[in-house]
Amino acid sequence: MTVHQPRYKTSDEVDFVIIGSGAAGGILAKELSTNGFRVVVLEQGPYLTEADFNHNEIEILAQDKLTNHPKLQPNTFRKTPDEKAKPQRALVYGRCVGGTSVHFTANFWRFHEIDFIERSKIGPIAGTGFMDWPITYADLEPYYTKVEWEIGVSGLAGASPFDPPRSKPYPMPPLPVKSSGVIFERAARKLGWHPFPAPMAILSQARAGRSACVNCGFCLGFGCEVSAKSSSLATAIRMAERTGRCEIRPNSYVHRIETDANGRATGAVYFDEKRNTHLQSAKAVVVCANGAETPRLLLLSANKQFPNGLANSSGIVGKYLMLNSGGVVTGQFEHPLNDYKGFAVSRVLHDFYELDPQKVGFYGGGGLDARFDFTPISFAFGGLPPGTPRWGKDFKAALAHDFNRTMEIFCHGTSLPLENNSFSLDPDLKDAWGLPALRLTYKDHPDDLKLGNWMFARAHELFDAAGAQKKWSFPVGEQQFAVHLLGSCRMGNDPKTSVINSDHRTHDVKNLFLCDGSSLVTSGRGQPTMTIQALAFRAGDRITGLAKRGEISA
Amino acid sequence: MNELNRRDFLLRAGTGLSATWVSANWLAILSAATHAHNAAKAQTPPKFEFFNPEEATEIEAIATRIIPTDETPGAREAGVVYFIDRGLASFGVEDQKTYREGLPELQARVSEMFPSVSKFSGLAAEQQDAVLHSFDERSDSPRRAFRARPGAQNFFETLRQHTIAGFLIDPDYGGNHDGIGWKVIGREREHMFQAPFGYYDKDYPGWQPAAKEAEKK
Repeated sequence: MTVHQPRYKTSDEVDFVIIGSGAAGGILAKELSTNGFRVVVLEQGPYLTEADFNHNEIEILAQDKLTNHPKLQPNTFRKTPDEKAKPQRALVYGRCVGGTSVHFTANFWRFHEIDFIERSKIGPIAGTGFMDWPITYADLEPYYTKVEWEIGVSGLAGASPFDPPRSKPYPMPPLPVKSSGVIFERAARKLGWHPFPAPMAILSQARAGRSACVNCGFCLGFGCEVSAKSSSLATAIRMAERTGRCEIRPNSYVHRIETDANGRATGAVYFDEKRNTHLQSAKAVVVCANGAETPRLLLLSANKQFPNGLANSSGIVGKYLMLNSGGVVTGQFEHPLNDYKGFAVSRVLHDFYELDPQKVGFYGGGGLDARFDFTPISFAFGGLPPGTPRWGKDFKAALAHDFNRTMEIFCHGTSLPLENNSFSLDPDLKDAWGLPALRLTYKDHPDDLKLGNWMFARAHELFDAAGAQKKWSFPVGEQQFAVHLLGSCRMGNDPKTSVINSDHRTHDVKNLFLCDGSSLVTSGRGQPTMTIQALAFRAGDRITGLAKRGEISA
Repeated sequence: MNELNRRDFLLRAGTGLSATWVSANWLAILSAATHAHNAAKAQTPPKFEFFNPEEATEIEAIATRIIPTDETPGAREAGVVYFIDRGLASFGVEDQKTYREGLPELQARVSEMFPSVSKFSGLAAEQQDAVLHSFDERSDSPRRAFRARPGAQNFFETLRQHTIAGFLIDPDYGGNHDGIGWKVIGREREHMFQAPFGYYDKDYPGWQPAAKEAEKK
């Protein structure tokens, strides 16, 4: 935090208050402040920087230093709305300046053209809310390119025959290949598939005062000590600060959006670190709190005028949640891969991005990636083959042999939007601030599970082709834990079936905008952050246009 | 140490790193290495804060069966008991009760199974394993019917996790003394690595499009 920031008073009516500083909030802070607006970003978590990041697995993975804390922010889960939800940890997200982009894997595929128009192409799917986006890939393409060049994405244009059209190559070459990537590439080609270097939001070359990746091996789950991971913290937030018009206010837990008699948002009410309450006034409110906290905030903001929650005339705030289907198949090889070195993923393939429902018997599609995303302790608890003793001489021998010889194939896939799948307010459980806890209701569509099993079979084929000495996976089960938080305030032209329009403006409140995973209409094939950031760049343009034409205040 | 000396030091310390690569990533390497070094310096010398010496002996005896010393060092050599002790006095305060209540229950099982012995540390290794198997719900070993001791079972599971964590944590954070755990699993103790990383990528010729691959066949 070396850059001078303005300090706005809460009574100053700034142009925009942005709630959340993650993948989308960071980009919007940068775009709106760069375009001349006065911006306050309210982030519920602390302002940590590179000096605060470390390789301490206890602090990071067991004590949730960078993420939502299950004790302070408990959750409940149920499969269907007729069940009573039980307390259980139901989601993880980044809770610090930079949000989830601080600790993510940084897999940065673009969505493909099909993701935006698939409903038109294959027709309706009974019992689901499957629909087209109000924008197309072509609308978003310039913003995908902007993400790649402004925050820094490594990759190789044209390496995948399935890639959608692009207006510019990547700004830097792919990261080095890992042993897992070479094994994956060779085996996939034997099978006639088309692996390619993974597009990653991690620098392969020094850029804009940031270092290239030094392959330290503590990547997924951890903050990057050398700023090589292109988190919002390392990129957009700092650009926003340099404008001198953007204040990042950490430890600010927003729990209500205020509205006036005309039904317009007037600002955001939050607890500071000492749990004192403040109202930050603003001409417009932009919520980028993630696909769980954004709908929760709208529901928490219910008042006489908006009894079902803010921007919820449709009744679908929080609903049509999609978590992305998939899972992992693990394999072991004869020689050391040493895959603990470096970032997680170096090869991907998209041959199964668009499966033909007539042929496979279900809707869906996905991608496979080659990775090793364990750290030493997490490997000891989760990386050994089933049946390995959990302690003693044989446990130790397995650890010693397997740690360097293991890799994973991650299967990423679609989820269908179902009305019952949602984030909502738990009627009983409260968080440490006395606010209703998040309740997750989720039951995968049968096609999502079929897809998961189908993709697993491909990963097993790949391991066979690669000559793996061992391989294993656990049956694809119904999900009870959310990481990708998508579709819960989705975009659309019809106010009855969507929450925001294609400008990210809520249908019901003219000066209230939402942009994050909740905006997505379909789930893509996993790896949503690239698309969330492209949407945020586009939203920055749209909102700036509306503001400059006086269409927000009118 | 001035910057230039530190750079020389890192060049020597970072085995297998090329000078060009180090020089290109110099600032990042320095910041990462300095950071880790400061964390390591902040460690206090081994002194028990939570356990009394007798408890420490018992905890170490159990940890030693979880990760035994054989041809390679185990939990004992990695100083796991110190890591757990410090953990219980700091980040793991809420597990204190599990240890306080669980250890006596575990000792009670020792006498149940081996009436002439009162302490876990007084048993032979195979006897110790038999005691621990009696608490391990997922153990394959045949189990006799004992009085249920949920406190000890919970204690064993907690201690199992803490032992593994203390053996494998980055040595800069209070366990894994001298990087012993990482040596056992073959993880080099460096803060940065350069490709090639492993056996399968060492002869990778560089990315080639699939069409060329097909022509080669």
